[in-house]
Amino acid sequence: MSTHTPSQLRTNADLRQLQRTMAAALMKPLTRQDGMPASTQVDFITPNDRMSSFERLEIYARQYWFRLLDCLYDDYPALRVFLGERRFHQLCRDYLAQHPSTSWTLRNLGSALPEFITDLKARDVARVEWAQTLAFDEALKKPLRIDDLLGADPSTLHLGLQPCVVLIQIDHAVDHFITAMKKTDADVRGSASQAMSEAPTRTKVAQAPKLKREHVHLAVHRHDNQLYFKRLVPESFAMLAALRDGLTLADAIELALAQASPNADWPAQIRDWFTEFSQLGWFTQFPRKS
Amino acid sequence: MPANTHNGHTDLGIGLGLRVPHYRHILEKKPVCDWFEIISENFMVDGGRPLEVLDSILEQYRVVQHGVSMYFGNADPLNRDHLKKLKRLVKRTNTPWLSDHLCWGSVDGRCSHDLLPMPYTMSVAKHTAEKIRQARDFLEVPICVENVSSYAEFTQNEMTEWEFLNEVVEHADCGILLDVNNIYVSSQNHGFDPFEYLRAVPHHRVGQIHIAGHTRHDHVILDTHDHPVPDPVWDLYAEAIQNSGSTATLLEWDDKIPSFEDVHAEALKANRYLHEHTHA
Repeated sequence: MSTHTPSQLRTNADLRQLQRTMAAALMKPLTRQDGMPASTQVDFITPNDRMSSFERLEIYARQYWFRLLDCLYDDYPALRVFLGERRFHQLCRDYLAQHPSTSWTLRNLGSALPEFITDLKARDVARVEWAQTLAFDEALKKPLRIDDLLGADPSTLHLGLQPCVVLIQIDHAVDHFITAMKKTDADVRGSASQAMSEAPTRTKVAQAPKLKREHVHLAVHRHDNQLYFKRLVPESFAMLAALRDGLTLADAIELALAQASPNADWPAQIRDWFTEFSQLGWFTQFPRKS
Repeated sequence: MPANTHNGHTDLGIGLGLRVPHYRHILEKKPVCDWFEIISENFMVDGGRPLEVLDSILEQYRVVQHGVSMYFGNADPLNRDHLKKLKRLVKRTNTPWLSDHLCWGSVDGRCSHDLLPMPYTMSVAKHTAEKIRQARDFLEVPICVENVSSYAEFTQNEMTEWEFLNEVVEHADCGILLDVNNIYVSSQNHGFDPFEYLRAVPHHRVGQIHIAGHTRHDHVILDTHDHPVPDPVWDLYAEAIQNSGSTATLLEWDDKIPSFEDVHAEALKANRYLHEHTHA
């Protein structure tokens, strides 16, 4: 269905209407042959002696879809391997059709993909890959050392968790899956300037490693600008999550140990956690409310 | 003009785009290069390797910021979140000027992540100029707007692209990042004389020049930045610097990126043109 596009642009409202019409044309899903749908409104584009209005606009439509698909290919390589080329490509197309980018940065394009996925295994893979995206370039604030905590009152002490440490619970051993893939994640994403995008390369994807069912408490974190996975015991995971969410140290420990075995030497365990997490630089000042 | 208000009164020579495949070479070899252009959005993050690399580069080189998502031509207002992050980066890099494109890219909050062509009308020119002024006032740094390459034109156009560019920069009182490859690409796609475009540009407003390669298809030339600079673009470059003087020039090479030495050698060809076609 065509919408009215103003024949002259006298006001900002006219400009907005024209831009809405063009954006709708570009964001309409491509056909199976990667073409612009025949029903697309093109009457606001002038033809030239070599190309019709449709063909000229189609360049931009293909560019839009190829660029965004390419971004998801970059951000979810493990999911691509897990699903296989055909299913992954279709998933990305369906996702983009329902979740067009609403951010100025492509970094956030795939933020809603994990929740978009219904298959629980695939969703876990996507959740871990999104956590990697966050851990890659979230802030690393000045870390607190264990000496900084000496003498503090646990009942009033708030500790912050580094933004580049992402805690995630999953029901599959995605960390092992990704490690087996030997994923590299050190590159900065970023298409530059106005360079055209080509369709994502549909090369044969690697053989998928086995994804085992296993409940995992995982920290995805950055250290010396490399991404790492660290498996946590449920109690340390719960303590870190509680600290991140603003509980005092005493309350976080109480919550973490609420259902823990009474037979373990928890004071010694907690000392070990704090030594290790402090060495990793995971603790920081709790962010003050602005 | 070599140094003017639009490029912060600097007198930079030949620069290169800072690209990931060259990070290691640059950091380890520290090659001689007048300056690097960064894509601002790649570094508008809170932490991690991008900022660490940038800080290392800043210790050795002058860096100029080039953006891809300010979208001066959007009907929507400027994005405050984007501007705040951009200003934070401006303070980090101390960029002498900042550039982005004369284009639109999003509407109603939906982003195309593309540099879409403008409809060339007076009301749109004034609207766009006002947003450039707003951005400059907020960022407190000179702004140069870049002419984009395009593959389509609007039925609503009332003027040529160069007339539109002139209206925008005069109303905004801003600089121009003159992309001579984009002029060539658009001239072939739309059937105009690229030298007529160049002659019409207000030369005193040119703060920077881009050169790049492109890809020719049967019916259209695409702006691919994946080839050496072809002769017709060098010819336009010669004309541009004859008009504007020895202007800061950057080679864009963004896809199928060869070694740093190869890209640098291609960029340094511009020096010959600067010597032959200017009196700098």
